[in-house]
Amino acid sequence: MWRDALVVGGKDLRIEMRSRVATNQVAPFAVVVLVLFAFALDPDRGILERTSAGLFWVAVLLSSLLAVQRSFAIESADGARDGLRLSGLDPAGIFLGKAGAVAVQLVALELLLGAGIVVLYDTHLRGPLLLVATAVLATVGLAAAGTIYGVVAAGLRVRETLLPLLLLPVVAPVLLAATRAWEAALAGDPGEGWPWLRVLAVFAVVYGAFGVLAFGPLLEES
Amino acid sequence: MAPVVHFRSVVALAGHFPVLSGVDLDVDAGEVVLLEGPNGAGKTSLLRACAGLLPVTRGTAVVLGHDLTTGGERAVRNDVGLLGHTSALYDDLTVAENIAFALRAAHVEVSAADAAMARVGLDGRLRDVAVARLSAGQRRRTALAVLVARRPRLWLLDEPHAGLDAASRQVLDELITDAVAGGATVLVASHETERARRIAHRTVTIVGGRVSSDVGATRVA
Repeated sequence: MWRDALVVGGKDLRIEMRSRVATNQVAPFAVVVLVLFAFALDPDRGILERTSAGLFWVAVLLSSLLAVQRSFAIESADGARDGLRLSGLDPAGIFLGKAGAVAVQLVALELLLGAGIVVLYDTHLRGPLLLVATAVLATVGLAAAGTIYGVVAAGLRVRETLLPLLLLPVVAPVLLAATRAWEAALAGDPGEGWPWLRVLAVFAVVYGAFGVLAFGPLLEES
Repeated sequence: MAPVVHFRSVVALAGHFPVLSGVDLDVDAGEVVLLEGPNGAGKTSLLRACAGLLPVTRGTAVVLGHDLTTGGERAVRNDVGLLGHTSALYDDLTVAENIAFALRAAHVEVSAADAAMARVGLDGRLRDVAVARLSAGQRRRTALAVLVARRPRLWLLDEPHAGLDAASRQVLDELITDAVAGGATVLVASHETERARRIAHRTVTIVGGRVSSDVGATRVA
């Protein structure tokens, strides 16, 4: 399973590096979202700094939709999906590989967006341990849930519009918990933030385990 | 010896529409069987059912010893190779990377890639060219190289001659002949029946999702 995950994850990341969709489209989209928030909210009153945690995670969430859609778009072209089903790869390995590749892209996006909120919102990054732990758990949860709903939507003609409808309500707990944890860290009060990591950990474990067990049938049915 | 493909009264649906409506077919090891019939007759569906890609809803379907009606679909996929209407390749990967991915996935030595490329007549200079830049014929040859390198026990070829030039068609026919000599079994769905009959042992005609005739020993010397 882990070997197959490396094969699939390596393939997906190689395709992303070649096509540059992540760097030329997803990353600029994420930055544009941050800039638009800056336009919409009044920077003079410190609103942006106070809301930067929430704005950061909303930008991550919206960008993750693009990353997940892209992950399954490459399997829809030229019958690659049938190739994947015939490949002999363990479905659990395919899930872990695709989720892993999405997670790697999300980490890169989070680094970019982290720099973005420092520069654009004048945010001071405090509580680095809590920030990093939150980001790791939230990323795993987003990638796992995104990969599950991505394969569900992939076989449908209306996948582009259906995926956000399916995924965004499901990952609302990640948005809530990650935002609260980051707010506590950025406010210099990390003790308030650590309990939220339990929510993120449970979400990541539940969706990770569900994906490992259910990805095979989902790939067949969708 | 048990047949490689054993179908009895096999029914398969695409949505609610029956694409196979009671197929009876036995294919023995080492046979080359030509599937012919009009468009929409069920040739592609039959190949996909053999590959475990199209669920069998009724009947008996055993391929390479795996019962497709009791969860054998995944197991059979390790032993079959399907060359379909699409190439199942990734545009942004090179020819070599596509073949290597398929081989790694199938737990086959990646070193077999170069030999497979040479065997299907792919120019070595295309090795590091992205598949998106290939012609339709070159894509077809790349997909064929994947098939050859994986060395499946059952070859399922859907219109394999389409999009190939004369030299490539000759190479394909030789590959099929060599595969059979090596113990493989081949099902070919084709509208180019004259050409396919040259290498086929039997011709099975599919009409309306079922076998309407099964003529053996049609091989032309």
